[in-house]
Amino acid sequence: MHIVNNRKIFFTLSGLLVLGSVLAIYMFGFHLGIDFKGGSLLEVSYQTTRPAPETIKAGLDTDNLGSYILTPSGNLNYILKTRDLTPAEKTVVLSAFQTDQNNQAKEERFNSLGPVVGNQLKNKAMVAIIIVIICIVLFITFAFRKVSRPVASWKYGLATIIALAHDVIIPTGVFVIWSHFRGGEIDLLFVTALLAILGYSVHDTIVVFDRVRENLNLEARLPSGGFEEVVGKSVTQTFGRSINTSLTIFLALAALYFIGGESTRDFAFVLLVGVIAGTYSSIFVASPLLVTLEKLQKNS
Amino acid sequence: MKHRVLSIAMIIAVVGLGFFVYKSRHTFKLGLDLNGGTELTYRADVSKIKGGDVSSAMSSLRDVIERRVNLFGVSEPVVQVENPGIINGSTENRLLVELPGVTDINQAVALIGKTPQLEFKLVRPEAQKFTQEELKTKTADQIFTDTGLGGQYLDGAELQFTNSGSGQIAGQPIVAITFNAEGRDLFAKITREHKGEILAIFLDGAVISSPVINSEIPDGKAIISGGFTADEAKSLVRDLNYGALPVPIELVSTQTVGASLGQDAKTSGVKAGIIGFALIVAFLILWYRLPGVVASVSLAIYIILSLAIFKIIPVTFTAAGIAGFILSIGMAVDANILIFERMKEELKHGKTIHDALHEGFSRAWLSIRDSNISSIITAVILFWLGTSAIKGFALTLGLGVLISMFTAITVSRTFLFAIAPRSSSKVVKFLFSNGLHV
Repeated sequence: MHIVNNRKIFFTLSGLLVLGSVLAIYMFGFHLGIDFKGGSLLEVSYQTTRPAPETIKAGLDTDNLGSYILTPSGNLNYILKTRDLTPAEKTVVLSAFQTDQNNQAKEERFNSLGPVVGNQLKNKAMVAIIIVIICIVLFITFAFRKVSRPVASWKYGLATIIALAHDVIIPTGVFVIWSHFRGGEIDLLFVTALLAILGYSVHDTIVVFDRVRENLNLEARLPSGGFEEVVGKSVTQTFGRSINTSLTIFLALAALYFIGGESTRDFAFVLLVGVIAGTYSSIFVASPLLVTLEKLQKNS
Repeated sequence: MKHRVLSIAMIIAVVGLGFFVYKSRHTFKLGLDLNGGTELTYRADVSKIKGGDVSSAMSSLRDVIERRVNLFGVSEPVVQVENPGIINGSTENRLLVELPGVTDINQAVALIGKTPQLEFKLVRPEAQKFTQEELKTKTADQIFTDTGLGGQYLDGAELQFTNSGSGQIAGQPIVAITFNAEGRDLFAKITREHKGEILAIFLDGAVISSPVINSEIPDGKAIISGGFTADEAKSLVRDLNYGALPVPIELVSTQTVGASLGQDAKTSGVKAGIIGFALIVAFLILWYRLPGVVASVSLAIYIILSLAIFKIIPVTFTAAGIAGFILSIGMAVDANILIFERMKEELKHGKTIHDALHEGFSRAWLSIRDSNISSIITAVILFWLGTSAIKGFALTLGLGVLISMFTAITVSRTFLFAIAPRSSSKVVKFLFSNGLHV
């Protein structure tokens, strides 16, 4: 009950977080990875020691690469990011890393993507997000079609979408801030994480809404406290489950974050933020929103 | 009683399945990012091809490239055509080539991009006496001598059909080629000097036809009659005329992952999975006690069942796929938690353990169903739209949700009913309550 009664506090908190995220995105911008803007990534490892970046840069500067970024990675590796290179150009670039005959520079991975392909992937990712959202609203409207009083079934869909936007915007904002300081890029894996959060957010919201549906069906008439009381009761009843489920997912993701290796660390981080936001929003945002929507309806 | 028998049967089945996963000769299919290898994406320029022929041109492009890749000796290469469409956001015809284990991009690119080689070689006189068995043991150089004549002297190729008369069957497709001036002179010289010998015609290193030279051919025209079907003859004509491939291709993206990097990603992914599982089991048992033990067993069954299915389908594991699976381990427990929380409420209302079990399962079912459908919708769309890495994630997550619905509901239910006591002593109450309650 407290949650629904104090909804203004939670709405304000969520509003501030969303605003902060939007502001962060506006200020720092998206650092798109080569998946989306095209370019090359070359990772090189050394057997014994990593030479100083200056020696490698001296070689790279003669290769006509335009601007490039050379960053150390791990203990013995370098990652080089440039415009998209042909395999032949890559061979030339690789030789710039070979500064000492006794310390062989080994190519660990090489990705190269033309700008056109990157642009298309970007569109594809956006189409994916939009289609997922549309399908989920349709599904919720369908699943709650029998519950039309006191709130129309599409309003459950609306509340879910608002919670979902909340759950996607906050991890994006947090990731933008994190990548501003720690490095990290918006790539395909990031979009995958967002889509997984999308799925989870809805999954979690549905569990609470399902309880509202059940409680509404259980009694022929609304209790004295009205719709507000039904929602409050449903949130309380599902509270333990919401916390415990997110805890198990949190444990799995924490293992992935700390032990799962470099390639999925950012992915796990975004998901961790998303799961926290998603759990919070189904309890503190989506359900109280239903009450607000009902109040608006009454007043009009 | 029924539940106990079923439980034991299930455990035996799963142990067997676990043994299969562990021991079977099939290995898990690993993506390039875990196993090392190269992925090349080509754009095909189909602007010169008329509308309806594009898809046949693309499929013959795939066949040609596949043949060349196979020559390369790569195990399990994948050559795929990607058609343009609104759904996948691409406006180009693309060809995707995956070469597991190949990390030398330059070599791979050179091989795929090479033009088809048309060569004419004379069969050595002594080679004509070889028996079939002897031929198998000889190298190409022992059988043939190079003539220096080849596709580089080609002026054009044309599809024709044999006429009746001159001892041939009418209507057989043949390929007529015309040499340029240089080629004509060379061809005339060869046919003049080697009358009666066999002049073998090679395409990409394989003999496609070996006619006998009957007389000198001064006009630079030759016929290749290789017992072709009309389609084969047509594609040969096209291959020869277009130089390399049915359509020109351009490399637009490459990706190489070294074997050691992939190995690291693999081991750390597996380690994260095991530790994540252990943490979840610890939490389940500490919080939910006896039902928590049952949920942990169901979770273990879930993992074994999923791995077996991934192996059989087979699902290609990528780093993102492993992440998706670890996430699904966390989500798989949700159904059990929903049920247990529901049981707790029913127990609070004074129901017996048996009734609370019944109610818990039947009431939690609707939320489990609806919430999982939304996850499945997400997985399907991801699979439909994604690139190979995202597809791996979507597939493991989607299959995971489906399998977990089975294990968390059917399996847990059977086990719980198998061990549920009729009486409600203090100890039993303790074992079936949860959280901080004593």
